[in-house]
Amino acid sequence: MWNTLARILQTGLLTESPPAPDDSASIHDTMQSDLRKILGRALCIRHVDAGSCNGCELEIVALNNPYYNIEGAGIKFVASPRHADMLLVTGPVSVNMEEALRRTYDAMPDPKWVVSVGDCGACGGVFGKSYASRGGVADVLPVNASVCGCPPSPTAILSTILNTVRPLDEKGKK
Amino acid sequence: MTVDTILKNSAILPGNLPTHYLRVNREQWLQTAADMRKENATLLSLWGADDRDRDGGFRIFAAYLLPRVVLVVEYFLTDTVAPSYSSIASFFPVAARMQRAVHDLLGISTEAPDTRGWLRHGGWPETTFPLRKDFDGDQQYPVAAAPYSFVSVEGDGVHEIAVGPVHAGTIEPGHFRFSVVGEKVLRLEERLGYTHKGVAKLFEKTLQRDGHRLAARLSGDSAVAFSWAYCVSLESITGTVCPNRALWLRALALEQERIANHLGDLGALGNDAGFAFSLTQFSKLKEDLLRVNATAFGARYLMDYVVPGGVALDLTTEARGALLTFYDALEPSVIRMHSIFEEHAGVQDRFREAGRLEKETAEQLGAIGLVARASGIACDLRAHPCSKPYDALTPKISIQTEGDVAARAQIRFEEVLESLRLCRKILADIAAGAVHATVPVAKENQIGIGLIEGWRGPVMIALETGPDESIRRCHAHDPSWQNWPLLEYAILGNIVPDFPLINKSFNLSYSGQDG
Repeated sequence: MWNTLARILQTGLLTESPPAPDDSASIHDTMQSDLRKILGRALCIRHVDAGSCNGCELEIVALNNPYYNIEGAGIKFVASPRHADMLLVTGPVSVNMEEALRRTYDAMPDPKWVVSVGDCGACGGVFGKSYASRGGVADVLPVNASVCGCPPSPTAILSTILNTVRPLDEKGKK
Repeated sequence: MTVDTILKNSAILPGNLPTHYLRVNREQWLQTAADMRKENATLLSLWGADDRDRDGGFRIFAAYLLPRVVLVVEYFLTDTVAPSYSSIASFFPVAARMQRAVHDLLGISTEAPDTRGWLRHGGWPETTFPLRKDFDGDQQYPVAAAPYSFVSVEGDGVHEIAVGPVHAGTIEPGHFRFSVVGEKVLRLEERLGYTHKGVAKLFEKTLQRDGHRLAARLSGDSAVAFSWAYCVSLESITGTVCPNRALWLRALALEQERIANHLGDLGALGNDAGFAFSLTQFSKLKEDLLRVNATAFGARYLMDYVVPGGVALDLTTEARGALLTFYDALEPSVIRMHSIFEEHAGVQDRFREAGRLEKETAEQLGAIGLVARASGIACDLRAHPCSKPYDALTPKISIQTEGDVAARAQIRFEEVLESLRLCRKILADIAAGAVHATVPVAKENQIGIGLIEGWRGPVMIALETGPDESIRRCHAHDPSWQNWPLLEYAILGNIVPDFPLINKSFNLSYSGQDG
């Protein structure tokens, strides 16, 4: 027990400032209140791997590590699409996952965002379109934003998530 | 036949380990499998090829791992109307799913009773076989999903729990069908193939010099292992000598990959046992490693670091310093976390006895890699005397005998520390020199085998060259093929809530299996 406590104290607080979105100097102070204003609560994300190689998953999982501490900022990954505001999709959409992806999207309440993660999600990446792959996420679902990279860094993913939510601050949700 | 007779009658195949090549007929195909079983060989992979355009038939291949050599067996099927061969699943149960996959992709069948599609879920017509040469690969079809009949368990109070393909967390897709009484699991049946992306067909549209990029993306967490296996198969065919410094840097990258995955798994294992502290600690350590990777190798995940002929980037003095500083910080942290795990009654209570895979079961079913080592089977290709550059590093193999979650966690702790030792030794002893050699265009119709011990176990690439720098056939094999069926055994008699923990202790690849 003492060992565990000592380790916690020794580790300290590691959380870094989230990345600034393209159009603003710093979002750190305002992120939580913005999220509250826009959504009235936390941002809930449902992730679906639609055929990824597992590289993007590892970087999405990294968002929960103490450096990025995405949950501390009010962004939460949820287990059910019924609870989600945003669908985060990785991978080219494999033919075998197409239906499961569509069903997950349909199960989400409106209004909702879709963000694709990785080069594959953006355009199919090295896998492209084939008998087994439908290509990028936009070939199957309406997509609001894409994060490129193979895999994209956690910072790039977080930055796009924030940018996707942010413009609606003024306009309200579609 | 004894191994000696078989090897005497066989040819030599290019490969990074001593590889023999044996052409057999229909009866010998089955007999060789029986002989290999008797010799306690491991089935590494089973795959097929359509060679009707070249020599008028199909081929089926099996690769076996013997203590000192790899044996690739080839059976040529002249019947092109209803091509078939004998199932070897009675000798090597892990072959069953591979044989189903071969049927889905090539339309070559066995007499095995299970004719359900494995990779084909209705995404292409039943009479279309994507890996046949007369299929162009770009054709798209509407999905016509057919029902998949799981084996049902009957009796008082038995019910089924269906999970997936979309799981609750940020993980890959697959379907698990549990038959349970109360909380107790009577049977688990997996259905995989959801992330099938047609990688084998894509290889045939890829140039030899670009194949490593596709190989690395078969399973993103094993990018170094797969790209290395690909590169070494091409280098063996072309007789390219990879510079010594590049070989050592590949090993450094592979050990970084091993450490990263083990750290991630250890954090998640503790978390699945209700010890969130471990996730915080290990995910911090893993992030530290990824950031050092970005400094030292130019990327957090080394998707394109290993290239044909060497590596993409030399290691600078600053990078070397950053790595050493990181190792000095990582080692005491891991040792301390180990003692915290050991002393934590709650963690030990969940880890011990959970998901036990007995040595006998593991041997019968053909376990490989980390899972096999946790069940008392000594196997690690890095310890093979011909495994370069590991022959100069003398890695110590970790073995546990209990075969439970605790044993698989313990293997990870030991391997992280051993990898740290190897990394330091590499940084201390690495020779100066070039990190890249030119790879000539390979002659056509050459087969080369690349075998690398990734963090999960041996990954294999069987590369066959075509004309004009094309790839005629490239079969990539992830060790998850072998170990997925074992998970179905390890869960038996455990309770459903322990499944996430047991599954995590295996941490198998979906994408690597699905291809």
